[in-house]
Amino acid sequence: MRIGSRLSTHLALAPALLIALVAYCGAMGWTIWISFTNSRMLPSSVFVGLRQYSSLLANERWQVSVQNIAIFGVLFIAMALALGFVLAALIDQRVRAEGLLRSVFLYPFSMSFIVTGLAWRWLLNPTLGIEKVGHDLGLAWFRFDWLVRPERVIYTLVFAAVWHAAGLVMAIMLAGLRGVDPEIWKAARVDGIPAWRAYLFIVVPLMRGSFATAVILLAVSVARLYDLSVAMTNGGPGIASEVPAKFVMDHLFERGNVGLATAAATTMLITVVAVLAPLMYWQYRQPARRPV
Amino acid sequence: MSASVRGPHGRRPWKLTPARLGLYGFLIICALFFLTPLYVMIVTSLKDMPEIREAHILGLPTAPSLAAWSKAWFAACTGLTCNGIRVGFVNSLRIMIPSVIVSIIVGAITGYALSFWRPRGAVLLFGVLIAVAFIPYQVFIYPLVRIFSYLGINNSIAGIVTIHTIFGLPTMTLIFRNHFAALPEELFKAARVDGAGFWRIFGVIMLPMALPIIVVAVILQVTGIWNDFIFGLVFAGRENLPMTVQLNNIVNSTQGEREYNVEMAATLLTAIVPLVVYFVSGRWFVRGIAAGAVKG
Repeated sequence: MRIGSRLSTHLALAPALLIALVAYCGAMGWTIWISFTNSRMLPSSVFVGLRQYSSLLANERWQVSVQNIAIFGVLFIAMALALGFVLAALIDQRVRAEGLLRSVFLYPFSMSFIVTGLAWRWLLNPTLGIEKVGHDLGLAWFRFDWLVRPERVIYTLVFAAVWHAAGLVMAIMLAGLRGVDPEIWKAARVDGIPAWRAYLFIVVPLMRGSFATAVILLAVSVARLYDLSVAMTNGGPGIASEVPAKFVMDHLFERGNVGLATAAATTMLITVVAVLAPLMYWQYRQPARRPV
Repeated sequence: MSASVRGPHGRRPWKLTPARLGLYGFLIICALFFLTPLYVMIVTSLKDMPEIREAHILGLPTAPSLAAWSKAWFAACTGLTCNGIRVGFVNSLRIMIPSVIVSIIVGAITGYALSFWRPRGAVLLFGVLIAVAFIPYQVFIYPLVRIFSYLGINNSIAGIVTIHTIFGLPTMTLIFRNHFAALPEELFKAARVDGAGFWRIFGVIMLPMALPIIVVAVILQVTGIWNDFIFGLVFAGRENLPMTVQLNNIVNSTQGEREYNVEMAATLLTAIVPLVVYFVSGRWFVRGIAAGAVKG
């Protein structure tokens, strides 16, 4: 009986073990290995050290991608956190139609990045979109052509992504706010502390677990940013809205440069680990403070 | 997961003071901002092209028509073939149904084995699963393509179902493990004393108690797999491209004059399944987010 159950346990874990060994660890190791070879269309086994990495660093498209993802990451996380928290705090004021408002703020999150990207691309269409609304209202000077302006296009991706994710942050924050001890509000009231200060200096520090959860989820979606760029701008105009994940995909499947692509993927991996490891460690240390 | 066990408790409700009016004003403006893209998509899909070019995007259609919807469904073109987005809809169903079932079964069994039986190496395995949830897919994709073509399942439904199982495993394992770990240990011990083995305890005791979390898992997987783009693009193969990929091809490969009304109708058709899941499931959707969000 005991042996039977132990056998069954191992049998039950076999698929997960296989996936972990082959699809996760094996594939990751293989990708890292290829990045040290001179592979082009097909993987080769000629070791070239860090040569792929030095040509990656010199690659203009990669430089643009890195710069874009930095701008996008900082702005997107900051704006989604701010908007999501403000929405949650306001909804928490015993407003009417709370359920309806929550549905409205969260519904974009249920849709795909392709749908999100195509919707915003149409909205921001330089001739027929929002700009035309301005002109029809008599504002002839009104310009909103960021979608086709290389130095502005990355901000349109931020717009669309914040619209997509702010509701998620709101849901996490709302759950966090409902976990705050009601006595704190009474105490703040008694001490005559204005509401905004109570939020900023008492409630926000109490909700650091919710903030960490939200930041981690948003950061993961930054690293994965691909579909939105494909649907909304396809990296354009020119290469102005390229991002690292798209760089990897294009070099793998269109440009036939597997060595360079895996070097880029490995660089992404290292960056993600470097950014997320401290965050997760920090969140792990205080398990009691995690209402969500 | 204890989302909203208590009611709201910001400040006390007052009568309609200026601050209160400002609060509602701000919330309504935000709601309009969130609804605008959906509204614009809907009205655009109901207009004809001359009206789209002349009037602006926020205007209501003067003569609403479903012509663009019917064209998007039956006759929208990707490249040279013009069979409409329904091809992608059917493909997405063919991918989604087996993927949801297989990924949930594997995740449920893994989560169960890790929560009660704790074999050696369980912590390490769980750690690897959770770590993968954070790593960009680009790190895994190329070797998987090679392995799959070696196995002969690249560009097939079997391949894409395997991929969704592989990358659904971290979240599925996590939510099932957390659910089972929260059940009383005595339940498990009593069953053991009665002589029940691994699969019997799973089938008779644990699965019936896991119904709520299965609902959450179905919601997560249905929306996640329906919305997937990158895996469908790489692993499904030309014959099985899911709806998101086909939609992007329809819109981004148009030659000549673009039909924005057809594009928006096709976009809405692609969004309908997750939107229905979202509005029907309501709080369950939020529960799914919360369950998936508690990483670690």
